[in-house]
Amino acid sequence: MSFTLIGKHEKDSRANRDGYVTAMLEMMEKDLTVMHVDCDLENCINTGKLAKAYPERTINAGIAEANAVGVSAGLCATGKTVFVHSFGCFASRRAFDQAFMSAAYAKLPVHIVGSDPGVCAAYNGGTHMPFEDCALYMSIPDAVVVDPVDYAQINCLTKKLAESGKFSYMRMIRKTFTTVYGDGSDFEIGKGVTLKEGKDVAIIASGIMVDEALKAEEQLAAEGISAKVIDMFTWKPLDEQLIIDSAKECGAIVTAENHQVKCGLGSAIANVVIQNCPVPMEMVGVEDRFGQVGAESFLREEYGLTAAHIVEAAKKAISRK
Amino acid sequence: MQKAEKMQQLRVFAQEIRLETLKTIGSLGFGHVGGSMSIIDALAVLYGEVMKIDPKNPRWEDRDWCVLSKGHAGPAMYATLGLKGFYPLEDAYTLNQPHTNFPSHTDRTKTPGVDLTTGSLGQGMSTATGAALGNKIDGRDNHVFVFVGDGEADEGQVWEGAQFAVHYQLDNLVCFVDDNKYQLDGACENVMKHAKGIGAKFAAFGWNVVECEDGNDVEQIYDAIQTAYATKGVPTCIVLNTVKGKGATFADGTGAHSSQPSKEQWDEAIAYAEKQLAEIKAQ
Repeated sequence: MSFTLIGKHEKDSRANRDGYVTAMLEMMEKDLTVMHVDCDLENCINTGKLAKAYPERTINAGIAEANAVGVSAGLCATGKTVFVHSFGCFASRRAFDQAFMSAAYAKLPVHIVGSDPGVCAAYNGGTHMPFEDCALYMSIPDAVVVDPVDYAQINCLTKKLAESGKFSYMRMIRKTFTTVYGDGSDFEIGKGVTLKEGKDVAIIASGIMVDEALKAEEQLAAEGISAKVIDMFTWKPLDEQLIIDSAKECGAIVTAENHQVKCGLGSAIANVVIQNCPVPMEMVGVEDRFGQVGAESFLREEYGLTAAHIVEAAKKAISRK
Repeated sequence: MQKAEKMQQLRVFAQEIRLETLKTIGSLGFGHVGGSMSIIDALAVLYGEVMKIDPKNPRWEDRDWCVLSKGHAGPAMYATLGLKGFYPLEDAYTLNQPHTNFPSHTDRTKTPGVDLTTGSLGQGMSTATGAALGNKIDGRDNHVFVFVGDGEADEGQVWEGAQFAVHYQLDNLVCFVDDNKYQLDGACENVMKHAKGIGAKFAAFGWNVVECEDGNDVEQIYDAIQTAYATKGVPTCIVLNTVKGKGATFADGTGAHSSQPSKEQWDEAIAYAEKQLAEIKAQ
């Protein structure tokens, strides 16, 4: 694992989805088994580029997610390395039984990509806003579940998932997003990334909350509080050792996720903490609510997904030591 | 070999599968007898004559594939594969016992010769379609056969798969519909009817459709497969007008989805199947 931290809270000039498409183009050129299956959303993630370059291996299954995942499993059984995409709500809720039985249970390592995680669904609204997609996929034995943040991380993880040979679910922020990592950063599935060292509290975040965690660290530092910041982009398998070490070092933990906390990253980390080194924990994320329509900035405030919420949670966790 | 002789061999093979299926389910005492017995003649034609397979190399790349989307017919598949030498026949008598490789519903990770995992109805239609597409992309000269139940065809996923197979011109895909007229809760006509018939539905989706008036007749099934092979550009659906529980004395004609007959009834059914086998061999 080697990465460069940019972390200036500035937007990338590229869309995150292009991190995926670039990785796929690279893999499809080298490896004739690599395929992309879509559900009438090629135009949303620019996979038209794949269709143009490799028409035989870029399959549009139409608006039929259950069949798309089943077809992907069948392709996988013929030796293909298959990524199948829809919006996160449909890639999880709509096609879950197919992902579970036709792919994972059958030991066919299909790679499922769900775009627009949580509040990123913004103007598509509550119907399209998955706060539970990772919960569903974490419940599948031996599944890999990742929640990357930016172009470079998505680009790297797409290739790492293909290499892993494991059934996986990747959440993908598809639009232009804040850059956290420099291009060419390398990540290892199942290993969290320590972005800042600290001693008073450990903030463990993923996806859109990583940049908020970095902002929170700066605000806490200004108040004399030393926060460790971890990007826990792999939700499963979880980097238990890093969680235990951080709990011991800092004595307090804050988790931050764009997902329901009670069946998400926060509760998964709590499982590790409670069994190994109980310390005060606070969880930033969605509290048992449905999504709703609106601008992402409004939704972040509405569901408490901001640096300010992390700062508040950090102080509370420290006060409970 | 003359066709008549070939058909006679297939009739014998079908009856051998019937007998073994009864012994396999009978080893446990209960199971999905009805939907296993109805598709046996089609399995006999596939594995006895039509399919390219290698029992010593079940995942041979150029093989033909067979997917039981109606996965509960597993015991019929296990009897067929055992008779073809994929494993010793008696292995299948561990059906549903702890840690068995022969579960109720077919599982590609457990049983040699099982190509895809099924059980959640409708899903085998999609995975078989994906396998057909994968084989076509790789330019293989082979076929994928999938069995869908008439009750199973209530599932919307069957029709998602059906439209995909036509769109991608998967003429290497053949779907058998086991039209045995019954689903778990009773007659399909009463539970959920296919208003204009299942064949009409597939035809409306753009498939080549062949109806087998007697879906338990090996010659009709064999001829239908030849029609499928000769049809290019679209997949073929072969509607098998079958009898649920065919040849199992306690289930034949009752429409029962699963059966738990008494010891005496099992003995009677197996004795009848043995007698039938001797009679067919004598023909």
